[in-house]
Amino acid sequence: MSDPVAPKRDRPWVFRTYSGHSSARASNALYRNNLGKGQTGLSVAFDLPTQTGFDSDHPLARGEVGKVGVPVSHLDDMALLFEDLPLDRMNTSMTINATAAWMLALYVAAAERSGVDPKLLQGTTQNDIVKEYLSRGTYIFPPGPSMRLISDMVAYSVSAIPKWNPINVCSYHLQEAGATPAQEVAYAMANAIAVLDAVRAREDVPDSSIPQVVGRISFFLNAGIRFVEEICKGRAMTELWDEITRDRYGVEDPKLRRFRYGVQVNSLGLTEAQPENNVIRIVLEALGVTFSKNARCRALQLPAWNEALGLPRPWDQQWSLRIQQILAYETDLLEYDDLFDGSRAVEAQTAELKRAAREELDRVIEMGGAIAAVENAYMKQQLVASHTRRTRAIESGDLTVVGVNAYTEAEESPLTTGGAQSILVVDESAERAQVESLEAFRRRRNDAEVAAALRGLSDALANGDNVVPPSIRAAHAGVTTGEWADALRVVFGEYRAPTGVGVRLAGDLSPETERVRERVRGLSDELGRPIKILVGKPGLDGHSNGAEQIAVKARDVGMEVVYEGIRLTPEEIVQSARDEGVHVIGLSILSGSHGVLVVDVMERLREAGAGDVPVVVGGIIPEVDAQKLRAAGVQRVYTPKDFDLTRIMGEIVDVVAESCAAA
Amino acid sequence: MLDALERNAPFPGAPRVGITGAPGAGKSTLLDALVRGLRATGETVAIAAIDPSSLTTGGALLGDRIRVRSSGRDPGVFIRSMAARDRLGGISDVAWAGVTILAAAFDRVFVETVGVGQSESDIAPLVDTLVYVANPGSGDELQYMKAGLLELPDVFAVSKADLGASADRTASELESARGLVDRAATAWSPPVLRVSARDGTGMAELLAALDAHRRHTLEAGLLEERRRRGARAHVVESLRRRYGSHGLERVGSAPGIDERMSAEPQRTSFAWVEVLSREIEDALRKPA
Repeated sequence: MSDPVAPKRDRPWVFRTYSGHSSARASNALYRNNLGKGQTGLSVAFDLPTQTGFDSDHPLARGEVGKVGVPVSHLDDMALLFEDLPLDRMNTSMTINATAAWMLALYVAAAERSGVDPKLLQGTTQNDIVKEYLSRGTYIFPPGPSMRLISDMVAYSVSAIPKWNPINVCSYHLQEAGATPAQEVAYAMANAIAVLDAVRAREDVPDSSIPQVVGRISFFLNAGIRFVEEICKGRAMTELWDEITRDRYGVEDPKLRRFRYGVQVNSLGLTEAQPENNVIRIVLEALGVTFSKNARCRALQLPAWNEALGLPRPWDQQWSLRIQQILAYETDLLEYDDLFDGSRAVEAQTAELKRAAREELDRVIEMGGAIAAVENAYMKQQLVASHTRRTRAIESGDLTVVGVNAYTEAEESPLTTGGAQSILVVDESAERAQVESLEAFRRRRNDAEVAAALRGLSDALANGDNVVPPSIRAAHAGVTTGEWADALRVVFGEYRAPTGVGVRLAGDLSPETERVRERVRGLSDELGRPIKILVGKPGLDGHSNGAEQIAVKARDVGMEVVYEGIRLTPEEIVQSARDEGVHVIGLSILSGSHGVLVVDVMERLREAGAGDVPVVVGGIIPEVDAQKLRAAGVQRVYTPKDFDLTRIMGEIVDVVAESCAAA
Repeated sequence: MLDALERNAPFPGAPRVGITGAPGAGKSTLLDALVRGLRATGETVAIAAIDPSSLTTGGALLGDRIRVRSSGRDPGVFIRSMAARDRLGGISDVAWAGVTILAAAFDRVFVETVGVGQSESDIAPLVDTLVYVANPGSGDELQYMKAGLLELPDVFAVSKADLGASADRTASELESARGLVDRAATAWSPPVLRVSARDGTGMAELLAALDAHRRHTLEAGLLEERRRRGARAHVVESLRRRYGSHGLERVGSAPGIDERMSAEPQRTSFAWVEVLSREIEDALRKPA
């Protein structure tokens, strides 16, 4: 960098940070601050009510407003989010799926209102519903209508906002859910094929524009710590996509067959124990997706070192941005041609990954494609099985995780001695302020225009017209996120995806597991029936991997498990617990809304006369909150550092034994 | 208590309807739609979901298939999942007890179970009407016919009728296969209905078919006979599980039990299990 003669360098990828919280105003300030520090693109995190189609004042939104992202309930929120940012020059990525068409409509409307030509808008709506069913859980509608929304957006944007990526096919969350690299590649390709087939079948998209459509499909990958394998994965996907788009869709222009992808490096592998080590993990993972010039990511977002502890602060996010800047500007990475062309090891591993992925892809296509493999639970069960193998390997020590199951002796980290100060605490008044501003918005809009716009939207839905134009009109008229989603719910209905935990696996044969099994048998005999556990996911958070692993393990040790999937209200959980006569309840929450939801469940249990049923909780729960939960009567609190499921099961048996002894 | 419940239960009492079919056939979705329909008329509904246990560890996953969302805030819907615990041989005592209790407290009881094969013949004695949910295009019904289980269901519901052609094909396969079963004894020809919980197709017809079957079995005296056979199966299976065929022989096996139960119809199945258990234990203590 201080060389007098600067060598020729490639242009770096786009630097992003996945961020947003509290309100549109607070997030706008954060974005401007980040851009000022050298970030080159935005990645908008929306809160769960916005992602699942509820206004901030909906009962299900309680405790979730502004928590994991920014609330956007209407056009004024969207306009405020991008206030004083040049929309015609920004590259904005939005992590939005079930309500993607609506957020795109709001974004286009905000541009129009500020005098920017929508044709200039650049960015990405994630818009990948398959991985929502499989892993992330913010779906609303059944697969058929969801695919229609996606193909509507593709058809619309190809002509009206040609620089927009209407869908970002995500394999990121599949790896989080436990996918092996071959599964990650295969399911992403199956998903992209499902989207392209749906678009190709449309009458309003001429065959001649299919190559342009193919050229707009981008991907969103995960990068784990096995970074050599990640290098090969990127290369395998680049080659496979080139082949699939050529052979299946007849795309002749190689530029339109380019595999374009963004990356968020792995959060699953970030540890709560010795969290400073995560910085090293993040650096190596970033290297994996930038190393290969031939398969380099187009955009990169890095998590913060403390994400297993809670929400990162601006300083934590800045540290991650600096990693990107050092990699791109200080090192000589961008001065060379591809480093791996001709490497026998990399080429062999790439070929093997391609072969395994092709095999799995053919299996999925054989059973009817990605949507069929969602509905029949095939992909979900494969992921749950892979994840179970992974958690077992960590428990047994076959998979080393430094600071977690090896080298656990450590000095106290000066980074975390601050307690509550080492993470971001969302201002609890943010929810109230957002609700008040929403009410004020509703008062100042023209109700007749809103009603007319909603009628227009419903008509388009019924007639099979493209949903995007009437959504843009609805955005201008002042329709809210909840109203838009409700109009769609009426026509499409709602969906519950298979949980996949019914997958049949051989039992864990470790002596520790066998000991817990014996204790379960013993206590079940005393109780007169097997220990019955309810695994519940209250609230809007759809990250169900943890709950699924608990359910699978509980069955493995001989318990009867009631697991009804994600997004349950505290009322529903309490009714299930009572009807099912369970001995213990395990709640899982990762969105940070544990304070409100867990306490709500406990209160309702008492009201229902089931206050003696013990409750354990798992999630990303800072110690100060854990203390509060224990004070409210929660028997045990588990956080990401509790990787040993067998031990957790043993403790749950203790909890049941104690509660029976007390009864 | 169970004895008293069974003894004092008015006849015919709450209809007991079995819902069975392969995994993924759409049983839960169909059940959800049925429950919504029944709740709209004010009927209270209980669902007993019976799952096969994992044989290796004894653990079981319950409720995974229950996606009856309408139950959330409605005390008129009760869902209890149960493991068919000591499987291989019959439905568990728990299921018998569960259905007896639920029938005393709710207007209608559904018994839902997964699988093709053994589980149908298991739940058939528990219920008054058995509905088989066929999954279009899956080939499951072929297995079903091969397994010789076609004579058990009283109603066939071909799900996902909105799929069109493949649902029609499955329906016509079932219609032709149905003709091969001799139903002279019951004079009931099981209807084959195309249903879709998604667009509501056939839901009214399905409810009507359930009512028609109940009327038919009541008027022809078949329901009483069916309940009697169910009670007998409960006694025989409970004893077989506790004492094996060897123990069962000590009280005359199934025909002997049948005779004694017919002679004293006022005694309930739960009472019979107690009485005969004592007799078997006494007999086993003496040298043969």
